[in-house]
Amino acid sequence: MQDVSVSVRVPTILRPLTGGAAEVSVDGAATLAEVLDKLEAEHPGIRTRVLDDDGKLRRFVNVYVNDDDVRFADGLRTATPDGASISIIPAVAGG
Amino acid sequence: MTSVLDRPAAQFGSAANLVCRECGTTYDLGPSHVCEMCFGPLEIGYDADLQALVTRESIEAGPQTMWRYHGLLPVAPLVDLHVGMTRLVPAPHLAKVLGMRALWVKDDSGNPTHSFKDRVVSVAASAARALGFEVLSCASTGNLANAVAAAAANSGLKSVVFIPNDLEAGKVVTTAVYGGTLVAVEGSYDDVNRLCAEVAGELPWAFVNVNVRPFYAEGSKTVGYEIAEQLGWRLPEQVVIPIASGSLLTKVDKAWRELGKLGLVDPTSYQVFGAQSAGCSPVSSAFRAGHDVVQPVRPTGIAKSLNIGNPADGPYALDVVRRTGGAIDDVQDGEIIEGIQLLAETTGIFAETAGGVTVATLRKLLASGALDPEAETVILNTGDGLKTLDAVEAVARPTATIRPSLDAFREAGLGL
Repeated sequence: MQDVSVSVRVPTILRPLTGGAAEVSVDGAATLAEVLDKLEAEHPGIRTRVLDDDGKLRRFVNVYVNDDDVRFADGLRTATPDGASISIIPAVAGG
Repeated sequence: MTSVLDRPAAQFGSAANLVCRECGTTYDLGPSHVCEMCFGPLEIGYDADLQALVTRESIEAGPQTMWRYHGLLPVAPLVDLHVGMTRLVPAPHLAKVLGMRALWVKDDSGNPTHSFKDRVVSVAASAARALGFEVLSCASTGNLANAVAAAAANSGLKSVVFIPNDLEAGKVVTTAVYGGTLVAVEGSYDDVNRLCAEVAGELPWAFVNVNVRPFYAEGSKTVGYEIAEQLGWRLPEQVVIPIASGSLLTKVDKAWRELGKLGLVDPTSYQVFGAQSAGCSPVSSAFRAGHDVVQPVRPTGIAKSLNIGNPADGPYALDVVRRTGGAIDDVQDGEIIEGIQLLAETTGIFAETAGGVTVATLRKLLASGALDPEAETVILNTGDGLKTLDAVEAVARPTATIRPSLDAFREAGLGL
């Protein structure tokens, strides 16, 4: 499990929490929920920006694992295999 | 890029700040659209004292364009292609067919690039200039692409427009012709939108519906202002509006509430109805299910300008429709084509597929009893049928093909 590594693309508004990094890597996480837990440990504050008080994805956040919207997959339980690319993107755009 | 702080405040009209619709956090005016605290959408907040300076007389003394309402908008008219003040067409024949008492069509196909998107782009492009941007960009289902490319060409901005690669030819040509960069993306609109949300984080471009979206969205209010003014400074009792992102519907409602609050019309009650296609009905489905969140879908069907599977303003459109006692429904592709034909045959207005969605939904809402045939109703046609000819080419054919002789004409039985 420990050699599993994924990369997370960080949206502009969260970069103050990652020291300005646009992309960070996370090791040893098998699901999106675990990725967020690890991110929180490294960059405190990220979890509450992305998840609401009930621990669910905020309604104006979209998260993609390898280009698939996790709302079409298993939400926070979506698997994040080794080498996966995860994007956190504001939902409010378009129209 | 010049900072917003270097610019005179007058360029931002009566706008005061940006406010998160979800948590209320406020921010300085600038090119941002997302709340740093909760990812909620930012919306323009206005200086009520400045807005209160606007009177019917000051509006009526303005130009015959949407900029006559500039005192209620968040930016000065720095980009102006003579957009807006489109016709409000009485539709007595259509009303009769549908058993209605009074019906109008607000026909936004009369805008410079033939859709309501010229309104939002006028505001977004003006904001882009005021904020010091040099590149105007967008994700588009087609109509917005036209409007952005044209506004950029007119105002000396560069344009970079992103579209899904399966768009109607009529919307590709009518974007590419204005020059600028046109990028066809292998994916759906939602894929294109997501790409743009990421690119917007990397490049100093004004994406009209991403980082300058709070300004952009306010442009849709002018549809509501115009309807009220054209009815003689009053509000209709019912309105039917197509839903893609849901932004237009929420902004027409915002416009009418503002007019009421400012004393420019009597704040009479009205009901807002939403129209979607069955191929892309996430907001209609949420309405029917009683949900206040919208589950994204993968769109199909001919109403491509409405094919947004993950509508940013869907929850707010639901709020408006429920608050006003309206309804949302969706219609099949066959009904959409019939809707285009019915509108054309009874009003002389040739709508694109979104207009067909609206007419067909009007019909469905009347049949279900959700919409009152006795109440004064306005429907919105947001785009021109010439852009989606392929939708109706199979059913809009010559009545007969004859030899050029009087005998042939008589034989064909065409004497009326």
